[in-house]
Amino acid sequence: MNAENPIWALVATFGLMSLFAVGGAAAAVPEMHRIAVEVHHWMTEKQFTDAYAIAQLSPGPNVLIVTLIGYAVAGIPGALAATLAMCLPTALLAYYVSRLLNRPSQSRWPGLIQAALVPLSIGLMAASALILAQSTDRTIVAVLLTAMVAVVASVSRINPLWLLLAGGLLGFAGIV
Amino acid sequence: MSLDSAPAAQEPDIPTAHAAPPGLLDLFLAFARMSLAGFGGVLVFARRAIVEQHRWMSADEFNETFALCHFLPGPNIVNLSMVFGSKLRGIAGGIAAFAGLLLPPTLIMTVLAIVYARFGDLDVLRRSLAGISCAAVGLLIAVVFRMITPLLKRMDPVALILMLGVFLAIGVLRLPLPTVLLVAIPVSIAVTYFLRRKVAA
Repeated sequence: MNAENPIWALVATFGLMSLFAVGGAAAAVPEMHRIAVEVHHWMTEKQFTDAYAIAQLSPGPNVLIVTLIGYAVAGIPGALAATLAMCLPTALLAYYVSRLLNRPSQSRWPGLIQAALVPLSIGLMAASALILAQSTDRTIVAVLLTAMVAVVASVSRINPLWLLLAGGLLGFAGIV
Repeated sequence: MSLDSAPAAQEPDIPTAHAAPPGLLDLFLAFARMSLAGFGGVLVFARRAIVEQHRWMSADEFNETFALCHFLPGPNIVNLSMVFGSKLRGIAGGIAAFAGLLLPPTLIMTVLAIVYARFGDLDVLRRSLAGISCAAVGLLIAVVFRMITPLLKRMDPVALILMLGVFLAIGVLRLPLPTVLLVAIPVSIAVTYFLRRKVAA
């Protein structure tokens, strides 16, 4: 599409995507992957999963994986454009809606819509996990590491950062 | 809302007590701090800072605000910063909180992007990132499990089918997100609506 101006392509892509990101950033990962890797070839499969890992490891909202995608497309301006396009439109939408719903409302629609969206956002997050696993878990050791982290994080309340660092150390040591 | 500015923090156990409305710089700094503390998710830190530390909101107000931001599209915590800041200080407060939440980590992320572009091919970095990726996927799976558990406990077949349908359409068939949601959202809302009417009747 907008091959001549990558910034505009980023703004259009992420501005639109943010409006469909029900359930937050993790639910939008499959769409980011589809667009960045499959449609526009902005990144390789490996670069995308690396970007996901970096975003998880860094402080701040996890949505900032878009900063890394934006940088890969158009350098620092791309990084800033992608971040704003992903974050600002829905934040303004939230601002206006919160003003509309200023009084505690008797309407049951917000609750109903929220209940209706829950299974969809779980399905989206499960799809994120599948798509990321398909490119990271290529060896048996890698699958085992993912499975172990999944179990430990499910049964304990350990800070996720330690599990990420443990994964990094195993990778650094050449085990994974 | 209590307006006595200085010693509000000295009365510890009054859960509904509010501190004085913060200035724009206070909002910016508070959100910058919780954002930088928030490895792997900012929400916990946001709650702690807003409700417990600064007492800008009661726990109930925080939950209501978060529920609204969760139900709207977009990154929840980013929405929360805007809604929360604007509740305290109008739109300028919203923008201050939004900027505080996003500016510092975006700068860090941009530096990391530059480092990755330079050194991403180094073998040590590739291996470490591969290990981190495996762990990150494991964390995501754990979150999904935690969210599915209540659906399984309620044996909610409709929700499970909808969830599976979205998972297959996006994860396996790799269909575009807008297309899938434009079908799935109306279906899910309609089904939820009729099921609730049946239960109520």
